Amino acid sequence: MTASATLSAFVSIAFHGTAFAMVLYLVSVGLSVTMGLMGFVNLAHGVFAAAGGYFMTTLMTRYGVPFPLALAGGTIAVAVLAVPLERFLYRPLYGADELDQVLMTMGLVFMSVAVGKFFWGPLAQPFQPPSFLSGQIDLGFRTFPTYRSFLIVSGAVLVTLLWLGLERTRFGARIRAAVDNRRMAQSVGINTSALFTMAFALGSGLAALGGGIGAEILAIDPGYALEHLVYFLIVVAVGGLGTIRGPFVAAMLLGISDTGFKYLLPEFGAFFIYALTMVVLLWKPRGLFGQA
Amino acid sequence: MTAPEAAEPALETQALCKSFGALQVANEINFRLARGARHALIGPNGAGKTSFVNLVSGALEASSGKILLAGQEVTSLSQAQRVKRGLARTFQINQLFRGLSVLENVTLAVGEQHGVAGTLFRPAGAKRAIIEEAYALLEQLGIAEDALRPVREVAYGRQRLVEIAVALGLKPSVLLLDEPAAGVPSGESGTIIEVIERLPADLALLIIEHDMDLVFRLARRITVLVQGTVLTEGPPQAIAADPRVREVYLGERAHS
Amino acid sequence: MTPAQRGGAVDAFARRHRFRALEALPWLLAIAAYFAFPDYLALGAQIVAMVLFGLSADLVLGYAGIVTLGHAAFFGMGAYTAGYLAAHGVGSPLVGLVAASAMGAAIGALSGVIILRTQGLSILMLTLVVCVMLQEAANKMTSITGGADGLQGMQVGSVLGLFSFDIYGHTAYWYCLCVLAAGWLIARALVHAPFGRSLTGIRENVTRMHAIGSPVFLRLLTIYTISAAMAGAAGALIAETTGLVALNVLSVDLSGTILVMIILGGVGRLYGAFIGVPLYMIAQDRFSEIDPVYWYFWIGLLLVLVVVFARGGVLGLAEALIRRSTRRR
Repeated sequence: MTASATLSAFVSIAFHGTAFAMVLYLVSVGLSVTMGLMGFVNLAHGVFAAAGGYFMTTLMTRYGVPFPLALAGGTIAVAVLAVPLERFLYRPLYGADELDQVLMTMGLVFMSVAVGKFFWGPLAQPFQPPSFLSGQIDLGFRTFPTYRSFLIVSGAVLVTLLWLGLERTRFGARIRAAVDNRRMAQSVGINTSALFTMAFALGSGLAALGGGIGAEILAIDPGYALEHLVYFLIVVAVGGLGTIRGPFVAAMLLGISDTGFKYLLPEFGAFFIYALTMVVLLWKPRGLFGQA
Repeated sequence: MTAPEAAEPALETQALCKSFGALQVANEINFRLARGARHALIGPNGAGKTSFVNLVSGALEASSGKILLAGQEVTSLSQAQRVKRGLARTFQINQLFRGLSVLENVTLAVGEQHGVAGTLFRPAGAKRAIIEEAYALLEQLGIAEDALRPVREVAYGRQRLVEIAVALGLKPSVLLLDEPAAGVPSGESGTIIEVIERLPADLALLIIEHDMDLVFRLARRITVLVQGTVLTEGPPQAIAADPRVREVYLGERAHS
Repeated sequence: MTPAQRGGAVDAFARRHRFRALEALPWLLAIAAYFAFPDYLALGAQIVAMVLFGLSADLVLGYAGIVTLGHAAFFGMGAYTAGYLAAHGVGSPLVGLVAASAMGAAIGALSGVIILRTQGLSILMLTLVVCVMLQEAANKMTSITGGADGLQGMQVGSVLGLFSFDIYGHTAYWYCLCVLAAGWLIARALVHAPFGRSLTGIRENVTRMHAIGSPVFLRLLTIYTISAAMAGAAGALIAETTGLVALNVLSVDLSGTILVMIILGGVGRLYGAFIGVPLYMIAQDRFSEIDPVYWYFWIGLLLVLVVVFARGGVLGLAEALIRRSTRRR
């Protein structure tokens, strides 16, 4: 392969890998926060992402709602629905056996697969980005798909907003305190139950946003939550619980390596990803940015 | 009573240090526990007493310094390995197998001590001697009637006794008791004190306690720990008379 | 306490491992099923094999307290081992069985050494990753495994040269039942031995176990390896009695399903698999005729309800009922 062809390949991998990473990040960051905050193993997190995707695509295809509105609609709807779910289903299991949490959320995933198939059928939902985001964008040295460029930019903006939100607002400070030491936070007067509910709703809303905006990369089908579970968990475990920086780094690593390996060594598929995950987790069992 | 300086101490730490970042919980602690000792470790809250026990037992890894059991260095050994060398401890908050019966709790410890706890196929019931030894310990501590009850159904004061029974089942030569009377209603703490008084004379005992009555009743030697450093050490009368010790305890709620 | 009372307490404690009459029930039912449902023996053999798989998972989950989402790794590797041997001239089912168990044990020991030093989420993740990794490897190494199409050309011989497999499943049923009986005896002995009791201790309070001098890591590694060998044997049974090995034997789906099955029956009570597995598989067999979509929904709902209301599964409910009725007397 010539030098310019190799360079082109790397640029492609970096580009598509980053777009993929953004989707992974948006979906998984909520999971990292809730796992770090409530110590709850939520295998059903992908369901919120899928729900966001289903809301958005249904609004767009059946009701002709424009993309930005449909995306926002899906995000808000899921965030709102997450509140009673947290209150009645998740909260009783905070502090329960890890096994119970795993099983309960697994049950939710099974139910969601059936519900998805029942209402929308087994095939992936069609997704057409709006015309102003379709096609290619020309950056001079080469062209890039417009939608994915949009994904990367939005992802970067959202990461910044999240970081600012966590570091600069009181809400964020309370979350950081509670992640660090729950009992301490309670004794300082932080209302941890309300905090948990809000964090859960926020995390689920973000997942819905990630599911909707990422529908072009991760297709919305009934098995979404199960198919991509391993990758979401890898982002969270490798990144470290309760941080928003950790999953970002982990998502970038995962997104770019996955794209790279599948392009350069397709005979091995995701095998190296899993092997790398094992190595990282053995070196840092709490993740790259997790607390000791 | 001759000071046993000629004989090797049952437990010794040399320049033991432990820090968590900027927080130093143990600062160059030199400590000796004589054989057959009745030694108490006191100090205000946050002095690092439980951390000391964790360092000595191996639950916490030292930043620097040495720990010796009967003259042998054990600093790099795991908790389980130190137990095999004769070190046992109790916890400030009970660490028992709550779903298992009292007898089973002690049997597990006795079985480990005999080295048969890893037996793969022959039934545990066949090792009658182990069960009987565990039962005898329960009788010794006066809790035999609760033998078959699950620990979580037993009164907290009696659970503290189970905690001691488990440690004794290991036939230790050094026993670390972390606040044995903690959480026990004052009516029941008398039993615990009696039990401690009846412990074998050749057992080296280190007690961490806040209750001064208990300390002065049981200890022949007291070490005072403040912010991870040893302030002073000596017989009870000397410690009681020491103005520095009283100063350190000013502002602490006095135990009646 | 009188000597008589003390003797009584020690006796009661020492006799816990003795066989009780009720324990013969599953075997009587299994034998009765042979005569009562002659048309369903093929399904029956599969159920029996899955009970063995469930038993192995219970040892790890219910006794050692290790939450694993990747137990199918050992099952699947066992299945592929037995299948591969059968497709390459080694037709004897018993040889395949032994080889599969050995393979399961090897993978169990290797992954255990790596995984068991961590805890919590890390263990969960790593068991999941090992399983997914092996599935991906099986998917790509099509020359050995047949990839997505499954292993081709298995020729399973007769058991001990005497009993050959037929489409009615007679041999398959008894073959699986005998292997299950052997596995059950081993599991039962382990659970009642000091080793098994110490596992319960590890599950109940690992801090205390370290503090009584227990070599926790070694004990966990031992049970993990034994369980993996048993799971591998179960995989071989499925491979040999169905003549098929496809990628789903290494799936996370299967790992999750076996968890569901033993939860339904009751975890950590030795017989949970004996109740939960047949319940699940028979229900699934019935339901999938009606509508497979509904099956997923109801099993999910049942799972949520069991976790919230009946965490001990069927056996837990039975225990609670017995306790309540004896208290009334």
